[in-house]
Amino acid sequence: MGKTLYEKIWDDHLVARAGTDNLIYIDRHLIHEVTSPQAFAGLEEKGRNLRCPERTFATMDHSISTRSLALDACGPTNQLQLMTLKQNCDKYGVELFPVGHQKQGIIHVIGPELGLILPGMTVVCGDSHTATHGAFGALAFGIGTSEVEHVFATQTLKQGKAKTLLVKVDGTLPVGVTAKDIILAIIGEIGHAGATGHVIEYAGSAIEALSMEERMTICNMSIEAGAKAGLIAPDETTYAYLKNRERCPTGADWEQALSYWQQLKSDADAHFDTVVNLQASDITPQVTWGTNPGQVIGVNEAIPQPQSFSDEVSRTSAQKALHYMGLQPGQKLSDVAVSHVFIGSCTNSRIEDLRAAAKIAAAGKVAEGVTAIVVPGSAQVKQQAESEQLDKIFTEAGFEWRLPGCSMCLGMNDDILKPGDRCASTSNRNFEGRQGRGSRTHLVSPAMAAAAAIKGHFVDVREFDV
Amino acid sequence: MSGITNLRGTAAPLDQANVDTDQIIPKQFLTSVSRKGFGKHLFHDWRYLDLHEQELNPDFALNKTEHQGASVLLARQNFGCGSSREHAPWALTDYGFKVVIATSFADIFYGNCMNNQLLPIQLNSDQMDKLFNAVADEPALEIEVDLPAQQVRCKAGQFDFDIAEHHKHKLLKGLDAIGETLELAEKIDSYERSIPAWR
Repeated sequence: MGKTLYEKIWDDHLVARAGTDNLIYIDRHLIHEVTSPQAFAGLEEKGRNLRCPERTFATMDHSISTRSLALDACGPTNQLQLMTLKQNCDKYGVELFPVGHQKQGIIHVIGPELGLILPGMTVVCGDSHTATHGAFGALAFGIGTSEVEHVFATQTLKQGKAKTLLVKVDGTLPVGVTAKDIILAIIGEIGHAGATGHVIEYAGSAIEALSMEERMTICNMSIEAGAKAGLIAPDETTYAYLKNRERCPTGADWEQALSYWQQLKSDADAHFDTVVNLQASDITPQVTWGTNPGQVIGVNEAIPQPQSFSDEVSRTSAQKALHYMGLQPGQKLSDVAVSHVFIGSCTNSRIEDLRAAAKIAAAGKVAEGVTAIVVPGSAQVKQQAESEQLDKIFTEAGFEWRLPGCSMCLGMNDDILKPGDRCASTSNRNFEGRQGRGSRTHLVSPAMAAAAAIKGHFVDVREFDV
Repeated sequence: MSGITNLRGTAAPLDQANVDTDQIIPKQFLTSVSRKGFGKHLFHDWRYLDLHEQELNPDFALNKTEHQGASVLLARQNFGCGSSREHAPWALTDYGFKVVIATSFADIFYGNCMNNQLLPIQLNSDQMDKLFNAVADEPALEIEVDLPAQQVRCKAGQFDFDIAEHHKHKLLKGLDAIGETLELAEKIDSYERSIPAWR
């Protein structure tokens, strides 16, 4: 029997087997200020070395201001965390892209942007959205801080093998429907924990037709279905994105890599533990109504009745979510007003996302009473957007144009919402309190977020008069 | 770290599915550079009525007099979903929990428990119902968790649970995972010599 893409990458990274433990080699270790300090402290305490600084890359993204480049802009605790990262990187020889650096940005935006992530690699980060890098056909997953320390000291991880889930999306995506809508529809279909214990491989003609930015949006939210990782087999789109990128191999190394990558796909007779099929033509612009990403509907559907769910736990969860969100069953989303709009995060802050949002923003002005912010994913994305005058479109429409960072996706800086604020957000989690205690988050695509900013409520972007 | 073997204690019931790590420990506490002191902020949004943690929410299970000192947390499916933050098990253990029994766990959280001597036990929903009901009837119910025998025992019944052998071994012995791997340094060296230049 053939092998899946996951099994091929796994086999090529197996260092040792010890009983049920498998020791897996890690090619790229991405780190940021929030989940690394205790791991560095652990090395220090035990007098251990960081084995491969050349495979380790750091940035500042979570605890930073999007209004100021000053490290103390969000207070002394954030500053201490940022300074700790800088000191640790200096001490252990890790390359750092700090605030103000022309290549700084959200770790999952800058890794691919710099060409650090290649097909067939293993990539880890103390951050659950590491799954993003699976868009390149790399096995990428989030880890805890103890595991960060383990990778620092050994460049390996002990891992159990995951099950495999093939999600096949075929057909042509309707106009106005985006990669964000595909992944939200998938999570709606399989559920918030539907892929627990699995690595997802996304395939099918609708996935093959996506750009690298769109593929990153898909893989990014694999964790929101509970998956360990999400993968898309590399193809011509992948190679075209990588060719001539700053840190990519060149010459004979590129040729050698390319011939390896070309066989890096699931064999036709490979076995997947589960297979899920979706038709792209069935997918509509999605909006979450609840407090987990699986609680999602098409923009024109009515908010569901809790009784419509088949099991007691889902019914109770829906009831609790509706109460928290201040919504009624049967309500239409076009009747739901927003107070805030956030365009950004490792899910949707790349140049294509900003172009899609700007196209809508160009057609109107931010509605009265709505605060809308656009936070580019990296300094390079910001620069590119400014060279295309997207910043002008946003600011003229009444959006705020900010400095790169994680920002309001989780609000570790001062970009936080107040109780009762309702936000159309291009981020990845609509958990209770995620964007601020008592705040209400609805996950949408960049175009849908921009449209909500202008109308002041949710609206089907396909009917938006551009 | 010393290992876990047998535990006896009372339980706090958190009768909810999809308890995410943002709820277990919200972002405003993640700016700390230490592993310590997170227990005070555990379940902050649910546990306190105010931002400054002065006013306890009397309706929240952990705040009830009868559940003070609990070392076992009961929950429903997909416990620990979302963010990979290890601050979640740090907060749970710092508060005093040694065991979490739930219908299912998110993968990253489950792995993080193993590195913090926090035992995650998965039981089916019928068994969870029995435990929740038993604790509702008798809040001081003593629950015994026997890791070597892979069994949860209390008045409501005796429930066997599964755990991977390497996880069990690690929790029982309290091993230094990095130290163990460093003993395989030669294998890592040898693997590194085989890595192609492009990678």
